[in-house]
Amino acid sequence: MSRRFTPKVVTANALIEGDVVWLTEDDRWTRTMSEAELIDDEAHAEIRLLDAQRQADVVVGAYLADARAGEDGPEPTHFREAFRTRGPSNYAHGKQVEA
Amino acid sequence: MYSYTDFDEAFVRERVSQFRHQVERRISGALTEDEFKPLRLMNGLYLQLHAYMLRVAVPYGTLNPAQMRQLAYIAERWDKGYGHFTTRQNIQFNWPKLKDVPDILDALADVQMHAIQTSGNTIRNVTADHFAGAAADEIEDPRPVAELLRQWSTDHPEFQFLPRKFKIAVTGSPNDRAVTKAHDVGLRMVRDASGEPGYEVIVGGGLGRTPMVGKVIRDFLPKADLLPYIEAVVSVWNLLGRRDNKYKSRIKITVHENGLEKIRDLVEERFNALRPEFGGVDQTLLKEIEAQFTPPAFVSKPTDAYEAARASNAAFRSWTDTNLAAHKADGYAIVSISIKKHGATPGDATADQMRVMADLAESYGHSELRISHEQNVILPHVHKSDLPAVYAALRDADLATANIGLVSDIIACPGMDYCALATARSIPIAQEIATRFDELKLEHDIGPLKIKISGCINACGHHHVGHIGILGLDRAGVENYQITLGGDGTEDAAIGTRTGPGFPAEEIIPAIERLVLGYLDLRSSPEETFLETYRRLGMEPFKAILYPPEDKANAA
Repeated sequence: MSRRFTPKVVTANALIEGDVVWLTEDDRWTRTMSEAELIDDEAHAEIRLLDAQRQADVVVGAYLADARAGEDGPEPTHFREAFRTRGPSNYAHGKQVEA
Repeated sequence: MYSYTDFDEAFVRERVSQFRHQVERRISGALTEDEFKPLRLMNGLYLQLHAYMLRVAVPYGTLNPAQMRQLAYIAERWDKGYGHFTTRQNIQFNWPKLKDVPDILDALADVQMHAIQTSGNTIRNVTADHFAGAAADEIEDPRPVAELLRQWSTDHPEFQFLPRKFKIAVTGSPNDRAVTKAHDVGLRMVRDASGEPGYEVIVGGGLGRTPMVGKVIRDFLPKADLLPYIEAVVSVWNLLGRRDNKYKSRIKITVHENGLEKIRDLVEERFNALRPEFGGVDQTLLKEIEAQFTPPAFVSKPTDAYEAARASNAAFRSWTDTNLAAHKADGYAIVSISIKKHGATPGDATADQMRVMADLAESYGHSELRISHEQNVILPHVHKSDLPAVYAALRDADLATANIGLVSDIIACPGMDYCALATARSIPIAQEIATRFDELKLEHDIGPLKIKISGCINACGHHHVGHIGILGLDRAGVENYQITLGGDGTEDAAIGTRTGPGFPAEEIIPAIERLVLGYLDLRSSPEETFLETYRRLGMEPFKAILYPPEDKANAA
């Protein structure tokens, strides 16, 4: 019966800047998605989300986002998450120039 | 325009001070996000996809030059050098840092501005006709009443936890430029049989996932009864409005579920109880406010220079043909400054451009500026003899695009380039449509045409009332765009009708091009507008153009 679990990353926005961040395996918040921990176990994902939500003085709005393994690390599977790795498309602002 | 009293000043400063401490407690960890979120929303601070966003109220769309310069200063000091004018006549800053927001709010308070009630389940910024106080067709300037409503609704103790947000729009003209029929309450000034001005009160309009045209709940409300009557409307809805389902909480649903008759009866009953309690204090206040909205001292001087410039400069003539509107004073014009340069982001102005517009308002415009819900900036009072100088300065600032009301004067919400709620992007679609029609050089032949784009069902881009509406959706992980036709945001308000299946991003621009070029073949004469042609012929010929048989398989 069990559906196949889609791999996840834990992502959020940084409290002060609002910038997009991802949780790494060694419990840092990175501004680069490829450094994130790719989680392929559902129970572990829930625990990591709880770990993230505990850090309310660092990040806002942590959630699990679908991802897949890429050559350099986790990559987004949905266009919304892809935009979050880059920034807006109308100006060269955000991660696409700051990363 | 209205100037803060000591009370207003103290109120706004205290709010900034409170918020400063709330931000400190959030950063220190003393407040959780769940505790902090309602507090930041009360002060207009959102968290979007890439950063925070601060939404600043521009009450009824009116600004003075000092305020516009301060917005420029804020954009440069704490943001990325620009601001985004919205369909609710507000301005949004897309990149503030949480720790800087209290300083930004203090800087706003320095010029009598704030971000209070630009979010949350409260009565939001009251919007008004952007030609208020200037339009030739106006009965009365609606802004004193809008200001009265602002003061009444700000921190109103009964209305801080409404079922949902509540939006009021007001116009003093029979020609509705404020989309009053798509608001929770719309007020349209009319005259009774004896010629006395009063208000037609429209209730239960709204866009979003359940678009509805507002219904007239009172044909004629005497001006003096306005505040108790509106309080009665909000009060009735506050009790009846659904809090179990946020998609059914707006007053449009309450009216729909209960029927207009029942709501009308309840409102009248409540109104009769409330009216004596006001005891005329609102009218005393209104008199004081009206005294601050006296018309500028219009001057009388020749307009020869204007006529000569029109005759000798084709670009200037084209701009005056599209970007001017009739003014009530002889020799004057209302100037719409297009914030829709082809290929640029609709509604975005740089700090430098804001300063140019402030300077022009000061030098040539009786120190008044307006923000329109169509995301343009208005100089409401410019003498025609000054127009050549105004045009030259606008051209130097890249603000002289001659496209008001044309196909490239597109309303677009921020969409998924910024907004956390969006399901698709809007801005690039607007940019590409404008760029394409600029290449075709057909814009002026096409004539009046309103394209409005929303990046989700909440319809901030007013797509339902666009002659052509575009709605961006997420279809199985791909951006997809639905088209509606025949929407109208004026006094003849209508909700657009879906044409059929949506188009993927790479097909939406060709689809719009097909549609508009097809209209050129369908119209009975060059004078018949897109909307008129649609009303005459209906959906079928447009559908045939949009979905030619061989393409049917491709349109998903």
